[in-house]
Amino acid sequence: MALGGPHLATVLVLAGSAHWLAAGLAGLARPQGLLWIARILFPLGALGGLAVAAGGVAGLSHGPVAVILPLGLPDLPFHVRVDALSAFFLVLLGIASVGVSIFSAGYFRAGHGTAPGLLCIQYHVFLASMALVLIADDAYLFMVAWETMALSSYFLVTSNHHIPEIRRAGFLYLLIAHVGAVAILLSYGVLQAGQGDYVFSSMRAHPPQGWWASMAFVLALFGFGAKAGLLPLHVWLPEAHPAAPSPVSALMSGVMLKTAIYGILRVTFDLLDAPQWWWGVLTLALGLLTAVFGVLFAAVQTDMKRLLAYSSIENIGVVLIAVGLAITFRAYAMPLLAALALTAALYHCINHALFKSLLFLATGSVLHSTRERNLGKLGGLIHSMPSVAFFALIGALAIAGIPPLNGFVSEWLLLQAFLATPSLPNSYLNMLIPLGAAALTLAAGLAGYVMVKFYGVIFLGQPREPALAHAHDAGWLERLGMAWLAAGCVALGLLPLRTVAILDPVNSLLLARTLSETAGRSGWLFITGLAPERASYSPLIVFCGMLSVVAATFLVVRFRYNCRLRRGEPWDCGHPGLTARMQDTAEGFGQPIKQIFEPMFRIERQLPTPFDERPAYRATAGDHFWFWAYLPVARLTERVSRSIGVLQHGRISLYLLYSLITLVLLLLVVT
Amino acid sequence: MNEAIAIQVAKTILVVLLAPLFTGWVNQCRAWLQNRRGPGLLQPYRALRKLFHKDAIVAHRASFLFRATPYIRFGSMVLAASIIPTLVTGLPIAPAADVIALVGIFALGRVFMALAAMDIGTAFGTMGARREMLIAFLAEPALLMVFFTPALISQSTSLSTIVHTLAYQPFVIHPGLAFAALAFLMVLLAENARIPIDNPATHLELTMIHEALMLEYSARHLALMDWASNLKLLAYTTIGVALFVPWGIARAVDGSAIWVALLCLLAKLAAAGAALALLETLSAKLRIFRAPEFLAMAFLLAVLGLLTHVLLEGAA
Repeated sequence: MALGGPHLATVLVLAGSAHWLAAGLAGLARPQGLLWIARILFPLGALGGLAVAAGGVAGLSHGPVAVILPLGLPDLPFHVRVDALSAFFLVLLGIASVGVSIFSAGYFRAGHGTAPGLLCIQYHVFLASMALVLIADDAYLFMVAWETMALSSYFLVTSNHHIPEIRRAGFLYLLIAHVGAVAILLSYGVLQAGQGDYVFSSMRAHPPQGWWASMAFVLALFGFGAKAGLLPLHVWLPEAHPAAPSPVSALMSGVMLKTAIYGILRVTFDLLDAPQWWWGVLTLALGLLTAVFGVLFAAVQTDMKRLLAYSSIENIGVVLIAVGLAITFRAYAMPLLAALALTAALYHCINHALFKSLLFLATGSVLHSTRERNLGKLGGLIHSMPSVAFFALIGALAIAGIPPLNGFVSEWLLLQAFLATPSLPNSYLNMLIPLGAAALTLAAGLAGYVMVKFYGVIFLGQPREPALAHAHDAGWLERLGMAWLAAGCVALGLLPLRTVAILDPVNSLLLARTLSETAGRSGWLFITGLAPERASYSPLIVFCGMLSVVAATFLVVRFRYNCRLRRGEPWDCGHPGLTARMQDTAEGFGQPIKQIFEPMFRIERQLPTPFDERPAYRATAGDHFWFWAYLPVARLTERVSRSIGVLQHGRISLYLLYSLITLVLLLLVVT
Repeated sequence: MNEAIAIQVAKTILVVLLAPLFTGWVNQCRAWLQNRRGPGLLQPYRALRKLFHKDAIVAHRASFLFRATPYIRFGSMVLAASIIPTLVTGLPIAPAADVIALVGIFALGRVFMALAAMDIGTAFGTMGARREMLIAFLAEPALLMVFFTPALISQSTSLSTIVHTLAYQPFVIHPGLAFAALAFLMVLLAENARIPIDNPATHLELTMIHEALMLEYSARHLALMDWASNLKLLAYTTIGVALFVPWGIARAVDGSAIWVALLCLLAKLAAAGAALALLETLSAKLRIFRAPEFLAMAFLLAVLGLLTHVLLEGAA
């Protein structure tokens, strides 16, 4: 294998993954040596991230390169391939993991739970398995890497395993991950179409037709959807994310969910040849439900990490909306529009990887500094943790879709794709898809509400607990990690055309059509979507215009008028004796949403009676899916296993009898 | 090109300077309708001048966010005002932001304002922030949906192209636009804190939304916030004018057409201000709990407008 040239990408990615594995194993050398692991191995792991990202960049500029690794079972070698699709997700993995690894170097410290050495190996195996999932070129390596990813992240989620809730959350995660994995395995079973060959290249050569193709797609959507948090398989996300240490939540939410999107794209656009229009509509509808559901539940959460987990569900919904549109356009042979929708999906993937990781890391710093995850006990941290507050502000504005940051760009592209749907040759879809645009804008509006709540309750106002006065800002490594991700949010927000050009090889690979020539027709300052006269947007001009107006206003006010400033008590309509308890709590902030969308929630209220000595009020907003879908299945499973348990008596004579009966029955069948 | 940039700058400055006058006009009309003499058209200018000369008082706990927000909000409204075509279409800044970006720029101002209101941690501030975001999460999608109908008609999301298409195409009745206009009016009332959602003339503690957000501001900060609110009202009105009665706007930068466009604009704004005052005089303020229903209605009307357009004219 020659270094450089087309093989460079594969070499870099494999080297990065090997580096991660080595860093992980080195952690076992001194499992309790915190300084060794945190200050040396995690920053080294960030180098692995850089290598993987560089490999991804190299892979985007070259055509697909397939390599057979001399690993695996004797007759089943591992096939590896880096093409534009995997390269794009490798860039995402690399960039996000650099920030998270640098942050982790300052974050992990001695405490309860898993020893640092074990944490180190689990963390790096998790990273390496995600890289392998992205470059796997046969179902066998893919499933091995996929399961390694699930298992290593399971151990990471349960690193505080002495807490029963965390063990329970981990179990739920593992369960749904495996239900999904079974579906993915079945999907690959359908995809190999009786060839018996599980290499992706032969699946590509003989794609299943008709109903078999639809079955493969639905199984893949279900299986990968379980990992992505697609409704109704989302229940593990709000349990697992709060349970995991914050850098792990950042990786799971920012990167691991994207591997599921990668899987859906790989199966739909690459392994299957001709998508049906209803696949797209199904994905679109599920995506819309997921987005609205996720953001509504995010609005009523009181735990900051649960809030972010529900927000991840929303963002995955948004990505799937874009994927659904892309599938629909592709099915109607409209490659340019499909490229627009796919670009929106990929753009949102990398945006979400940046800002959601950033916000999870910020919650990690808050958690370390205050030991508090409950929004009702936080507040006013902008004074004691100014740099964390600054980075979290960038993340929150980006996720709320505020220009000129990156979240807005993908929203803009997606809405442009929606506005192109009336050209579809199906009049029913023409009528129904605008309703989808309405639901998407509603979700986007609610995302702003959620982020004002998240940021305002944690960082603004008065501290709700006296202990918060002792909160301290994050260390320099943590700040560096967050700064890396925040810089990514700003860069992707200000340079959309450059980003579209970077991810355009994915379009040309999957759709044989690129977007950059139409999106860049007005020059490098503007992004224009389909055509300059149809739409254009220039974040740099918006940003500079905004900046110059603000600066001019500031200077005029400063020099034209007096700029005296006095500090005083807050006015608050003249009410004296302001205390921290007079502010809105997180519950209070979510209350209007709970009231307006009441049927969406399963609300349980505990109201005090008039005779209570210490009256208490409690309201919880539960998930209908849990009660309507999951608990019945769980009860059914329990009942079935109990009735099977009747056979089990623990007496050896009975078991011998069972064997005898089985033997007799088998003999009867055979003869 | 240089002439176009000069017109762009002149137009922006004109709109920024005119904004308090428009508010003054609405207030004056309302006073006349209520059999009062009213403070005169120039009252908002006098109020701004007074506020700019005072010493600012800022709460002890206020952070940089609190002091930066008036400038950011003012900046975002000036930017919005410069994007909206009022006199002439096709100005140099038009390609920088389309209607979706315009909604985003409004959201930028609003989010900072809500965050600043939560910054000090007063009871009224957080209440105002919550209510403002409650209005916004319904008004923002409704506004986008309102924009989508004309965007589909003109095959463009650029406001300049939309206005150009609507003003200069042969006259066609677009039934979808009627729904959109009604929805837009409702969004305008809600977003600008007018009756029936909010009352701009009162500090009545339990019902206020917009005033609660600005309660802690004083002097130059308050002046900027007030000016930004004036600008926002003018921006929304000019959007309405541009989308639903665009006739008279100039097609290109040339002397006489611009003066005609200016006269048309002033006449339309005078009529719109009077109509707004009449509407406010005739209606009563809704309870805050009814506000979501009002806005949901606006959202539904906007979606209905879009559907009507797709159904009746979609295949074209």
